[in-house]
Amino acid sequence: MTHYEKQSSKELRAGMGEGLVEAGRKNENVVALSADVKGSVKMDGFAKEFLERFIQCGIAEANMVGIAAGLSLCGKVPFIGGFAEFVTGRVYDQIRQVVCYSNKNVKICGSHAGISLGEDGATHQTMEDIALMKVLPNMTVLVPADFNQAKAATLAAAEHVGPVYLRLGRSKMPCFLPEGEKFEIGKAQLLSEGTDVTLFACGHLVWEALQAAEMLEKVGISCEVICPQDRRRRHLRGAPLQRRPRRQRGPDPRPPLPHSDGVRRCRR
Amino acid sequence: MKTTAELQQIATQVRRDILRMTTNAKSGHPGGSLGTADWFVAMNFNLMDFDPKNFTMSGEGEDMLFVSQGHITPVIYSTMARRGYFPVSELNTFRKFGTRLQGHPSTEHGLPGIRMASGSLGQGMSVGVGAALGKKMTGDKHLVYTMHGDGELEEGQIWEAAMFAGAKHVDNLIATVDYNNQQIDATVDEVMTLGDLKAKFESFLWKVVVIDNGNDMQQVLDGMAKAKQMSGQGSPVCVLLKTKMGFGVDFMQDTNKYHGSVLSADDLPKALAQLPETLGDF
Ligand SMILES: Cc1ncc(C[n+]2csc(CCOP(=O)(O)OP(=O)(O)O)c2C)c(N)n1
Ligand SMILES: [Mg+2]
Repeated sequence: MTHYEKQSSKELRAGMGEGLVEAGRKNENVVALSADVKGSVKMDGFAKEFLERFIQCGIAEANMVGIAAGLSLCGKVPFIGGFAEFVTGRVYDQIRQVVCYSNKNVKICGSHAGISLGEDGATHQTMEDIALMKVLPNMTVLVPADFNQAKAATLAAAEHVGPVYLRLGRSKMPCFLPEGEKFEIGKAQLLSEGTDVTLFACGHLVWEALQAAEMLEKVGISCEVICPQDRRRRHLRGAPLQRRPRRQRGPDPRPPLPHSDGVRRCRR
Repeated sequence: MKTTAELQQIATQVRRDILRMTTNAKSGHPGGSLGTADWFVAMNFNLMDFDPKNFTMSGEGEDMLFVSQGHITPVIYSTMARRGYFPVSELNTFRKFGTRLQGHPSTEHGLPGIRMASGSLGQGMSVGVGAALGKKMTGDKHLVYTMHGDGELEEGQIWEAAMFAGAKHVDNLIATVDYNNQQIDATVDEVMTLGDLKAKFESFLWKVVVIDNGNDMQQVLDGMAKAKQMSGQGSPVCVLLKTKMGFGVDFMQDTNKYHGSVLSADDLPKALAQLPETLGDF
């Protein structure tokens, strides 16, 4: 089980930015591309340190995907950064043809993902990106839960050979996972043990799930919390696949369900 | 290096292959394939530097070609096979179940010579730009070529890539446009006129070479040699290759009818009669 403890609040995209700089130091083939949003997607650190390895593509995401695929042929490990909607939904067919069907070593970093991007409104709140990316062949989808994991996932993406979609949010989120822990693609994390309910969550909802588990624990519902990473790839390895026997208990301490005639039906 | 006459003979055989492959498969795109056969033969046999027997995905130390209008697989596969990438007999499997020679190029079966899937139009120039940048970064002096349909230029992504290549001085890239003025629904002029295409590319900071007759082997050789000379001088180079869709068979020429439809088994011999077998059929 992974121990968690809230340390601070940080942006996941910044975790990616730090991870990218570190990946760049480790591997000189790592290059980064952005479409006029290098600051927003936290690629500016990389661009500053590796000026000649950063490619400004202008506001042309489709072209950026193609350039990344071409670069990958020459042994480069391109990371493309943009707002999640514009580097997934807008360029779905490009990713499909020259990244996934062609199985190229391209890493797509989508920042500002999901509804957490409240203030920018619906056009920017991609809710579809995970669904779109996960059906593509060869694609690995990583949805880190906090800053530390975003950084570790970026390093893992750089080492993994093949297309990766790394989903990141814009806003500050609690940072609660151990710093410096290696990210294993395909290995789920067990964050809380419990015997009544299992909560699966990814991304910033992992923290919400842990909060929910703590609240439920107080009313006597024991929650297990699992954070899967890439559901198609051996996704539960490392998490308990066999359930522990259910806790034997005396009379149920919980209040009956609203429609209850006293018999517990569908609680589990 | 082949002589011009030898290249013409190969092109005639490639045209036979194109027709036999498509009629055999009962589907495919002979029109654009016939029109560009001379260019593909010139590129594969004389102009590009590569070793078909030692294909590498990275293309390190050799010229690379990305064909962006993936539908012209008959000419792509025929010239590849004739150049020695894979056995000519495999052309029999074109578009058949389980083949490496899919209707549009794909990479998952590991066909040597294919580095990128194509078929969804408009993407090949971006890929070429990326590969050209990759070559610059790795210090590889070889060139990257792309090939495009003229109808394909209606795709916005082409102009994203063109803008990038011009602005960023991607001068190891040579993009050729099959300027046949034909596409599926009508002529390109009718669907969406390209206006002054040379001026368009020039305004995107490219250098442009025009080949007036892309079905004349000598003109193709000279024009492409000129394009190569113009590379490496700060600008990408565009070649406007004026061809005739369906070239080589009188009743297939100057129409878009055979863009994506094939000759019947009855009509095939009439066409083949105009194209003598020069290297032996597959
Ligand atoms: C993105 C996309 N849209 C539509 C098509 C369908 N399509 C295939 S070929 C073609 C016409 C292409 O015209 P051109 O580029 O001039 O090629 P030519 O017909 O001259 O060979 C179209 C519309 C496609 N393959 N990809
Ligand atoms: Mg055309």
